Amino acid sequence: MSDIILETKSLTKHYGGVHALTDANFELHKGEHVAIMGDNGAGKSTFVRQITGVEQRTSGTIIFDGKEVHFSGPIQAREAGIETVFQTLALADDLDVPDNLFLGREKTKLDWLGPFRFLDYKGMREATLAGLEKTAVKIPNIRNTIRNMSGGQRQCVAIARTATFPSKLTIMDEPTAALGVQETEQVENIIRTLKEAGEPLILISHNMRQVMDLVDRIVVFRRGRIVANLKKEETDGQDVVAYITGAKTAPEYEGAA
Amino acid sequence: MAETKHGTGGLKFDEKKRSWPNELNIFIALIVIIAIFEILGQTLPYMNDQSFLFDSRGRFDSIFNEARLRIIILQVSIIGIIALGVTQVIISGGIDLSSGPLVGATAMIVMSFAQTELVNGNPNPKAVFGQWAFDLPVLIPIIVGLIFGAIIGAINGTLIAFTKIPPFIATLGMFLICRGLAQAWTRGKPVSFPTEGYTQIGAGMMPVYWFIGLAVVFHIILKYTLYGKHTYAIGSNEDAARMSGINVQRHKVLVYMIASMLAAFAAIVLSSKNLTAQSGMGIFYELYAIAMAVIGGVSLTGGRGSIIGTVLGAMVFGVIQSGFTYIKLDAYFQLMAMGAIIISAVVLDKVRQERAATRT
Repeated sequence: MSDIILETKSLTKHYGGVHALTDANFELHKGEHVAIMGDNGAGKSTFVRQITGVEQRTSGTIIFDGKEVHFSGPIQAREAGIETVFQTLALADDLDVPDNLFLGREKTKLDWLGPFRFLDYKGMREATLAGLEKTAVKIPNIRNTIRNMSGGQRQCVAIARTATFPSKLTIMDEPTAALGVQETEQVENIIRTLKEAGEPLILISHNMRQVMDLVDRIVVFRRGRIVANLKKEETDGQDVVAYITGAKTAPEYEGAA
Repeated sequence: MAETKHGTGGLKFDEKKRSWPNELNIFIALIVIIAIFEILGQTLPYMNDQSFLFDSRGRFDSIFNEARLRIIILQVSIIGIIALGVTQVIISGGIDLSSGPLVGATAMIVMSFAQTELVNGNPNPKAVFGQWAFDLPVLIPIIVGLIFGAIIGAINGTLIAFTKIPPFIATLGMFLICRGLAQAWTRGKPVSFPTEGYTQIGAGMMPVYWFIGLAVVFHIILKYTLYGKHTYAIGSNEDAARMSGINVQRHKVLVYMIASMLAAFAAIVLSSKNLTAQSGMGIFYELYAIAMAVIGGVSLTGGRGSIIGTVLGAMVFGVIQSGFTYIKLDAYFQLMAMGAIIISAVVLDKVRQERAATRT
């Protein structure tokens, strides 16, 4: 039982009359990497937004790390141990890599100075270099501001931020959607590093090869409902596509959509 | 800093390619402007044997025209103190228009707590309060002024952070409130005759020392403390700052409080220097302070700028003002030329930003 890090029970979200998410029952085990797939508007991002507290759910329960949780916002979720890489990157363009990595949780000295306490630049730089090496992210100059970086580098910084800090669960919403081949590879390497470290992950992706490569299990959403829960070994690309398009529905979800 | 010479993942970067600091551009601009005035002085027909920068008549021990340099820096230091606060507000993505009238209001209030009882043996003709307010220790008016500034700043910051009205509107309202308060305080009459101790605050070159001292303090605060980092972060991407767990609202209140306290302190120095307070004090100061920051490379879109830049911007401002007088430019045209320079500074900043954006 304590093997489950995240569980949702009949999670439901309505935007006015639109049923964006209906009765989502989802489980994630410790150390497991799960992909969420589905067509545009299938409810993938909505599902994530309910878990991370960006939006408030209409009904249902979320059990995280053995406790029922009600996050009022993404900060609370992060404090509880859920790190999220959003589709819109939450980076400050005018700051450099260490500043962004440690934004909101800076290493400081002389803490009795309150808001005027001094930043431990050296400590943050060293931790940044260590974190980037660990995740094999290639950034030529970490003192460069985000403004002067390519899309791929930005994405890597955003992901390295979640990977540098120990977390109980990482969620990535289409992390490679806008990236080139090499950059995608870098991001995938970060994900493998997380897997080796035993950190659970929810990955939203449209990239079938990537999903088959990286995760243990695939959950398919269609029109706001979960329609399949597939172990990677027991499925293939064509099978997953069949579920996504609606040609197939898993027997246990029969009548769902 | 050896550990930053190599990137991660085995990548290296060229140390020489490190970005050219913006402050250096402003410093070069400052030198160029001084040179232009010097050349104009040498070539304009009516400028017989005067030098802008140098001591051409053997009046001073050094080669420089010390009197002019002293006036330039003295002229900008009081508005410069305001500009230090405005810099922080603009970096955080806001704007503060209320600082000029705040100078007027603070000067009136503070001077009322700094009056002497007897002027040449006669009762003080400008007395505001009764017996109890005469000859108070100099710390009392200073504290009153700073608290007043803090209150105004807290109101500005709270309005902007919690009601989400644009900073322009909130501080424009406060602009009128403060100017009205300055006039209502004594029904428009000036407040004068401060204590001996109070006159020391802004005597002689004291405004310059305050300006430089405060500039050093706030340079350190902006560059090396949590407060500074969060100020840049909020101005750079407010949503990212909020998502990262920074208390954006509380931080904004703090930024506006510090800015208004600096403006209030400028009012204390100014009224001490002038030995009097008038409700019209500080007219245009808010705009000049913003101009100094903008000339100094503080981006009006937030996130970029520095105290060093603003100090250099203040110097450019002072040199231009003094230079216009030196080449005997009509006072009416001076204001117009100043406006043109401020616009050019913003345009230059815009061009710089766009160039930086296309480089990637």
